[in-house]
Amino acid sequence: MNAPTISEQELHAYADGRLDAVRRDAVEVWLADHPEMRQAVAEWRIQREQLHRAFDSVLDEPIPTRLTEAAKPVSRFPLGMAAAVAWLALGGAIGYQLRGAVLPFHGQQATTAMARQAALAHAVFSPEVRHPVEVGAAEETHLVAWLSKRLGAELKPPRLSGQGFELVGGRLLPGEAGPVAQFMYQDARGQRLTLYVQRDAQDSRDTAFRFAKEGGISVFYWLDGRFGYALSAEMERPELLHIATAVHQQLNQ
Amino acid sequence: MTRHADIAAEIPRLRRYARALTGNATHADDLVQDTLERALGNWSLWRPGNLRAWLFSIMHNLFVNQVRSLRMVDFPGDEALPELPTRATQGDALELRDLARSISQLPAEQREALLLVGLEDLSYADAAKILGVPVGTVMSRLSRGRERLRALLAGGELAETHLKVIK
Repeated sequence: MNAPTISEQELHAYADGRLDAVRRDAVEVWLADHPEMRQAVAEWRIQREQLHRAFDSVLDEPIPTRLTEAAKPVSRFPLGMAAAVAWLALGGAIGYQLRGAVLPFHGQQATTAMARQAALAHAVFSPEVRHPVEVGAAEETHLVAWLSKRLGAELKPPRLSGQGFELVGGRLLPGEAGPVAQFMYQDARGQRLTLYVQRDAQDSRDTAFRFAKEGGISVFYWLDGRFGYALSAEMERPELLHIATAVHQQLNQ
Repeated sequence: MTRHADIAAEIPRLRRYARALTGNATHADDLVQDTLERALGNWSLWRPGNLRAWLFSIMHNLFVNQVRSLRMVDFPGDEALPELPTRATQGDALELRDLARSISQLPAEQREALLLVGLEDLSYADAAKILGVPVGTVMSRLSRGRERLRALLAGGELAETHLKVIK
């Protein structure tokens, strides 16, 4: 009865319920004579049950938006219809306006496009009450690690408490040349500003501040090494310039 | 359209596996997100067949790269565990915490084999395909993983000695 025909592989297959009836019977006969291995097999089965008890509840958890969005075909934006319409309308308006702001050097079109995208992103997300950001400032370490990983370079959101603004959090947006990070700040009055950061893989050059404005949104934008930055807020130019200067200084420390 | 729907339908399974594998909810969802993006970005490489196995193999490759670059070796805290069902007793909670902690102490390759077979109920052949190794290698990783987990759960530092080879 004790024929040495049971491999360890078969014992695992038995514990996993993957044997046909003939082999199953053979294993059971063998196990009857081998209490130590009977015990081991029983514990392997318990491990399976424990794994399911521990982790099956994940199957019923609501799926985070960023994952459902990642599996979607075109739009990665968590936008409702209203916001999508606003996006398109503003795209037309701001795009038209920025067309005039012609800058006389190679690559300026891309830079202008960045300013436009930043203004759009500001217009769409800064009025959000419930979901202004994907990851809040409370998880700043995670936020920074996540966005840095996505952009493939180390990011550090500037501290703007000296200017009265605190970090609310950030989100990831698709840009024309890859992912873009948007950091959002808010002051005591609830006024918001956003810092849009994109990585420019091809060109490495610096520019001075440039300014654009449309529909009440002021944007200062500039290139600095491999990054393009755009700071947007609904405020006057001198006030925003003051903050942009602070941002620029901190990023170059 | 169906491609995206089919992939989306696998998200819960990918999340469960990633949670058990990384022991950390945020890392796990990062891994799932990377997997989904990689799958859609490389859709031209997809050949009709087992979509789940294909997605798991993408996740395996990403996971191995991360382990290699030591980005996911931090010991999971209590947040590693999913929310417990309301009727769970404290005994269950402790048991599950022990389990998550013990899993995290397994070498990555044993952990993968153990979870693909024991949690995801994949066949040995599918697990081998996902991990890119022969079935025999899956079996030996599974075997070592199960014995090690048994020893860890038994609270044994002196464990690992009663692994017995059967011909």
